[in-house]
Amino acid sequence: MLDVLLGLVRRDLLLALRNKSDVGTALLFFVIVTSLFPLGIGAEPGLLRAIAPGVIWVAALLSSMLSLGRLFAADHADGTLEQMVLGAAPLGAVAAAKTLAHWLVSGLPLVLIAPLIALQYDLPLSLYGVLVLSLLLGTPTLSLIGAIGAALTLGLRGGGVLLSLLVLPLYVPVLIMGAGGVEMAAAGMSGQGHLLLLAAMLVGAAAFAPWAIAAALRISLE
Amino acid sequence: MLEAADLGCERGGRALFRALSFSLAPGELVRVAGANGRGKTSLLRILCGLLAPTAGEVRWSGEPIRSLKEEYSKQLVYLGHAPAVKDELTAAENLSIACRLAGNARSRDEVSAALRALGVPGGVFVKTLSQGQRRRAALARLALSRPAALWLLDEPLAALDAQAARLVEGLVAEHTAQGGMVVYTTHQEARLEGRVINLDAMVENA
Repeated sequence: MLDVLLGLVRRDLLLALRNKSDVGTALLFFVIVTSLFPLGIGAEPGLLRAIAPGVIWVAALLSSMLSLGRLFAADHADGTLEQMVLGAAPLGAVAAAKTLAHWLVSGLPLVLIAPLIALQYDLPLSLYGVLVLSLLLGTPTLSLIGAIGAALTLGLRGGGVLLSLLVLPLYVPVLIMGAGGVEMAAAGMSGQGHLLLLAAMLVGAAAFAPWAIAAALRISLE
Repeated sequence: MLEAADLGCERGGRALFRALSFSLAPGELVRVAGANGRGKTSLLRILCGLLAPTAGEVRWSGEPIRSLKEEYSKQLVYLGHAPAVKDELTAAENLSIACRLAGNARSRDEVSAALRALGVPGGVFVKTLSQGQRRRAALARLALSRPAALWLLDEPLAALDAQAARLVEGLVAEHTAQGGMVVYTTHQEARLEGRVINLDAMVENA
């Protein structure tokens, strides 16, 4: 089974590599949004420092949502999804593997580029660690929750709007904890509590989301 | 052995077929016939477990396929209308991934041999292939299906030229000769022996 799942992750990464423009969109969106804020607000270091955690997190959240539509759409359109349902691995595990591949392509780059973005907001060096860690713990949760929505809205016309409405309320706690953790650290307190809660959300999502995704996929395929 | 017991199917509030029962023993070949919209594809999707029947159940070796899940999927190859090949991958990559997904990983040599048998160039991107060649690339999976015992083929001959159609018929004949089971639909002239389940007749009876 592990062989099947590894093959699937490798296939999705290969597809992402061959479809560079698709992959670049989420990252480019994140970079553009976070770069426009300092330009629009002006070079007021105090203000920029204060808004940085919130803006970076909101941009990460929106960029994650932007790429969700593609998560299952292509496989649904060309029939590969049916073959996955009929594959040798349980659909929940397949869903987890696909979500992992999706995060590697659309979430991990955001985490890696975040320090560079933080530079534009004159964030103190001591906060880089918390910011990156909060994104590292938070963005996989966003992908997992988003994948449930993507599976539910698969093949629907106007599914994009519905998808945002579905997942946004579930994204909010992650946003609050993620941005909150960095803000706490900025205020000189420990952001550990927030980060631990983010980690707990990730564990919870990783445990339950795959089965919810699988159930949603089965409904969408009927 | 595949058994369909008292199957009923409804799509969009319209009954397609009712009380459909049949069984399939090793080595048997069954063609599902019927006009467009009679439920041939729905029947095949029910048989492979993608679609839940509104009544009745499908059994594999006496066990309902609902409870067998992956144990059953491993026994079958389903080729639907959509070819399930990716434009951005080469024919060989597509085939090798399809086999791996089915829990039946094959070596590079086996994959290219299967593609060669169906006359598909393995190293080119699928987006440069014609519809018929794509179809051939998808059908190449049949050559590597062992040990799957059951083939469910929805319009396998669509978009194929005469030569490819003979190749597919050859694969089907070989599979049934080795004790495999095949359920297929087609609107083409197929030189295949076997029983026919006529869904048109079902509607008139219902």
